[in-house]
Amino acid sequence: MAITLTEPAAERVKSFLENRGKGVGLRLGVKTMGCSGMSYVLEFVDEINPEDEVFEHSGVTVIVDPKSLVYLDGTELDYAKDGLNEGFQFNNPKEKAACGCGESFTV
Amino acid sequence: MALIQIAEPGQSTTAHQHRLAVGIDLGTTNSLVASVRSGDVSTLANAEGQHLLPSVVHYSSTDILVGSSAQQHMITDPMNTIVSVKRYMGRGAEDIAADTAHSSYDFSQTQSSIPRIKTRSGDVSAVEVSAEILKTLKHRAVETLGDEIEGAVITVPAYFDDAQRQATKDAARLADIKVLRLLNEPTAAAVAYGLDTGNEGIIAVFDLGGGTFDISILRLQKGVFEVLATGGDSALGGDDFDYVIAQWIIEQSKIQDFDAPEVKRLIMQHARSAKEALAGSEDIEINIESAGAKWQGTLSRSQLQELLTPLVKKTLMSCRRALRDADVDKEDIHEVVMVGGSTRTLLVREMVAEFFECEPLTDIDPDTVVAIGAALQADVLVGNKPDDEMLLLDVIPLSLGIETMGGLVEKIIHRNTAIPVAKAQDFTTYKDGQTAMAVHVLQGDRELVTDNRSLARFELRGFPAHVAGAARIRVTFQVDADGLLIVSAREENSGVEASIDVKPSYGLSDAEVESMLRDSIKHAEDDMHSRSLREQQVDADRVLEALDSALAADADQLLSADEKSKIMIARQTLVDVKDEANIKDIEQAIKNLEAECEDYVARRMNTNIKNAMQGHSIEEYASDPASDAEEEES
Repeated sequence: MAITLTEPAAERVKSFLENRGKGVGLRLGVKTMGCSGMSYVLEFVDEINPEDEVFEHSGVTVIVDPKSLVYLDGTELDYAKDGLNEGFQFNNPKEKAACGCGESFTV
Repeated sequence: MALIQIAEPGQSTTAHQHRLAVGIDLGTTNSLVASVRSGDVSTLANAEGQHLLPSVVHYSSTDILVGSSAQQHMITDPMNTIVSVKRYMGRGAEDIAADTAHSSYDFSQTQSSIPRIKTRSGDVSAVEVSAEILKTLKHRAVETLGDEIEGAVITVPAYFDDAQRQATKDAARLADIKVLRLLNEPTAAAVAYGLDTGNEGIIAVFDLGGGTFDISILRLQKGVFEVLATGGDSALGGDDFDYVIAQWIIEQSKIQDFDAPEVKRLIMQHARSAKEALAGSEDIEINIESAGAKWQGTLSRSQLQELLTPLVKKTLMSCRRALRDADVDKEDIHEVVMVGGSTRTLLVREMVAEFFECEPLTDIDPDTVVAIGAALQADVLVGNKPDDEMLLLDVIPLSLGIETMGGLVEKIIHRNTAIPVAKAQDFTTYKDGQTAMAVHVLQGDRELVTDNRSLARFELRGFPAHVAGAARIRVTFQVDADGLLIVSAREENSGVEASIDVKPSYGLSDAEVESMLRDSIKHAEDDMHSRSLREQQVDADRVLEALDSALAADADQLLSADEKSKIMIARQTLVDVKDEANIKDIEQAIKNLEAECEDYVARRMNTNIKNAMQGHSIEEYASDPASDAEEEES
């Protein structure tokens, strides 16, 4: 069971956390809803819950709740640019179908 | 492909609900758009990497250009290239006529008081030109953020009146941008430095741009910024700095033909770059070489300071005036925020620090600080922060009140009150037997109804008839966080109620904007006089009303023919003078009439008491003090 970050993604997360001035890491998760079943969650974490799984990768503390981990195992978090737009992207091997925009998915 | 940003804990949205919001600094010279992404606030650049969008719009025969591409047409096609349009926002034709000496535009002659500039592609208003700038910024935001934006916080100068604010909102509507809130520029700068979450106190915002200077004195109290005073100079800025340096170069170099446009431009360019270089070094070498002129020289930092000192002193004079207007001392200022590119000049920072006796805040780029603050506020307003970090920064820009007798305005909620707010005030009837009251809701700070903006009218009908002054009507004004005003009136004795919803600063028709423009002409100094006159006239009417109803009731029993005719003469005198504009005359006529009536009033009182007490003993009155108190209550 593992989640990884690409180098650009790790750099960004570190600098955003530093900017924010507080927080212990980054939460990855899934939420039901969205047009194709599930949608990704990406949040700063101030408090780790007892049931959370915690990973260290490229100097970033990654926090995932056990239910989400089932869907996210093997995911690589990347930071990408698309024209003027830039942001994070989930490369999830379990993702079978995504809606046209890639924001929600099914496994 | 959707790219995801990091949200605050628990604030993740589901797919396709991004709650994207931006802050827009719609400036006179340059405009900017900023946004919060993954908790990080920054201004957004165009594809060429430029953050500042010059506030210039060019109307060509085929399309509309905005920004640096429009700027290129400033010299070749000035009539179709609109710059500094912000100066005309919400202004009437008369305001601009006074200013046409400085403007090169061709204003079309129309019946409407909204001025329109003639261009190749038709007449355009300042609102339409501003909308083009906003459209460009919105497009940039959508491209950068990857989705439609939910709304924007747009900044305006603290001194903007309601018409200018409304014009800004109208421009946003034309550009299809939902305005989350208009924010005062100095407030935005203070928010960018996080002062809104800091200690309560008084803050000075020193804003020296390319062509304008503004000083604002703000008070932060309970999370709300109140503007205590504004001041400045609409024709003083960094361009003037460049000009005095250019003058110095001309004197030193003895360049003869400095009037030639290309030589002039060259000298100005050197002046500007010398100014910028001297922020980082002690002296700078200037090399001018062109067909008409050749010169080499050195400008030192101390020479530069000598040149600029008179200009900076001018800004400090405005600061002193603003402090006086705000009625605060220099020692009361606990932070000074620097805004505008010209505050990079070291001399400005030093002299401001010396003047306020405190080190000004300069960490955030002074060109972008206003847009940054607006973006932070926008992020909070669309709900990307937990509720406990929610700020309330809005205050009512103009007082709200109702019309009372004589066409006067009774203010119920005063300007600068933080919203949400609810306030009530009791009113009563003016005539005997009155069973209805008209409630006329007004916005503005003038004394007379005609000088304020009418928001709504409604009637409270069907309460029981009382003698004048006995009915108790409670009027309640309630403004929610979105600025929606609900006015309700209730007659307390009978419980009869009526109410109306108003949006004080939305949905103005052109006709209303025009009438507001007329209203916003400088407050007449005779307001106070008008108020006392109207009050005196209302008093006269009240006396006449009471006298007439008394005469009708018992004049024949209580007055001799001689007494009655004397009273009637005094009455007539009052009727004659009351519609003239002399307060003293009316006052005197009321006094004379009251003097004539003195005996009559005493006789009526005695008769009334006699009637009331008939059949009762004195003890009955003495033993029941509670009944008096109750009487007053109901």
